[in-house]
Amino acid sequence: MTAMLNVKDLRAYYGQVQALHGLNFALNEGSLTTLLGANGAGKTTTLRAICNMVRSTGAIEFEGAPLSGRSTENIVRLGIAHVPQGRGTFTTMTVEENLQLGAISRKDKAGVVADIERMYNHFPVLKQRYAQQAGTLSGGEQQMLAVARALMLRPRLMLLDEPSFGLAPLIVRDLFKILGKINREEKVTILVVEQNAQLALELADQAYVIETGRIVMSGKANEIANNEDVRKSYLGY
Amino acid sequence: MELFTNQILAGIATGAIYACMALAVVMIYQAIDHLNFAQGEMAMFSTFVSWQLMQWGAPYWGAFVITLVFSFFGGIAIERLLFKPLAKAPILTNVAGFIALFAIINSVAGLIWDFTIKQYPTPFGSSPFLGSQLISTHQAGMIGVTVLLLVGLYFFFQFTRIGLAMRAAASVPESARLVGINTSWMIALGWGMAAAIGSIAGMLIAPVVFLEPNMMGGVLIYGFAAAVLGGLTSPLGAVIGGFLVGIFENLAGTYIPGVGNELKLPIALALIITVLVVKPAGLFGRPIVKRV
Repeated sequence: MTAMLNVKDLRAYYGQVQALHGLNFALNEGSLTTLLGANGAGKTTTLRAICNMVRSTGAIEFEGAPLSGRSTENIVRLGIAHVPQGRGTFTTMTVEENLQLGAISRKDKAGVVADIERMYNHFPVLKQRYAQQAGTLSGGEQQMLAVARALMLRPRLMLLDEPSFGLAPLIVRDLFKILGKINREEKVTILVVEQNAQLALELADQAYVIETGRIVMSGKANEIANNEDVRKSYLGY
Repeated sequence: MELFTNQILAGIATGAIYACMALAVVMIYQAIDHLNFAQGEMAMFSTFVSWQLMQWGAPYWGAFVITLVFSFFGGIAIERLLFKPLAKAPILTNVAGFIALFAIINSVAGLIWDFTIKQYPTPFGSSPFLGSQLISTHQAGMIGVTVLLLVGLYFFFQFTRIGLAMRAAASVPESARLVGINTSWMIALGWGMAAAIGSIAGMLIAPVVFLEPNMMGGVLIYGFAAAVLGGLTSPLGAVIGGFLVGIFENLAGTYIPGVGNELKLPIALALIITVLVVKPAGLFGRPIVKRV
């Protein structure tokens, strides 16, 4: 199986400060991969570099095509949906407008209408609140909305930046269940960045561990979960 | 009583122009967080273009439409050439850019068309509207065109894809890019529309204030007052602010002794300062909270 996303020697910079020091990793089509690491390890930067939202060097290939030199909006239009840290909700717009915006690059009107209905089935709470200003939703509801908005693109690859952040444990469980379902049923390849290592490793089939801008470990999620160093550093037992 | 009604209606008519200017200012403010001090000069230049077209024999509405198109692309060109490169520059650099633009457009207009005052035609005539002495047909036309414009803009922003994309790009630019919107072009489009809206205001007010390079100075100050009163973050507020300021200006001029034409500008400035002190977000704006 060839890799859907191939990242080679990725280095990223904020001004003079180098945040990534030569990352190499690959995502297989249909996989659900998690990228683990502590605060400041470079997880968010990795996702931002994939979407060209931070200055970077190295090679990133998506389905065989290089992403370097493409603008963020053009990368998204290739089918890479990015749920940013803090969810990126269009707070002054309604829930339904947020969903329409997710599909703004699509031309198939009927498909978009059908997909909005599909999202309401995935996330019934969004249907109840469809005409409400998105900023009035709770944190968990906004995260559901962010995932739904990303799915409206009909992405081939979905990048999620700490979806569990600030959410109650029960809501995180729900959310991760939905992500697993999306991965299996809709064949969306998923890369999820997490600090909540335990849940992320339960959900994922592949895992990478990143420390100060370098990948220090990679493998199957269950193997990583049983690794002693990871257990001590990230799982706390 | 008739004087009062008359002043209210006249206020609504000039208020329509202020509403257009305020709306143009707010559209650019929403897109780039800066006040366009040159909005009035852009409108003045557009009005001269329409005048020139009519001098060359174009019919009024033909010149009107050509001027709209010219202003739209002119606005886009100004954004691409001057303000796109300044996008990440500090606020004072941008202010300097706006003042430079103001001065350049003003003197170029003076150079081409000189500073003598010119008559500008009205397509509506200036007889009493429907036989009533309260309002002239031109004033009624000003209100009518503005209302049509506002309704059109409302539908554009609420019910079209591109309108939705423009709103998204203005409210959360990063998220807009992450759903595939080219935010840079949305800003340019906002400039084009603002320039076109301003040109309508210029062409409608020119028969009243007469055509000359400084014709929009006072109008823009009132436009700013309207935008501040309604709230710089609210297009609807800017429009309502425009009508309120127009009515206020006329009533103050009529009923407060000593406030004639000479004191009209200080009144607008006093209004701006009062709103900024008492209710900085304006009547309809959201208070802007920034994390530090």
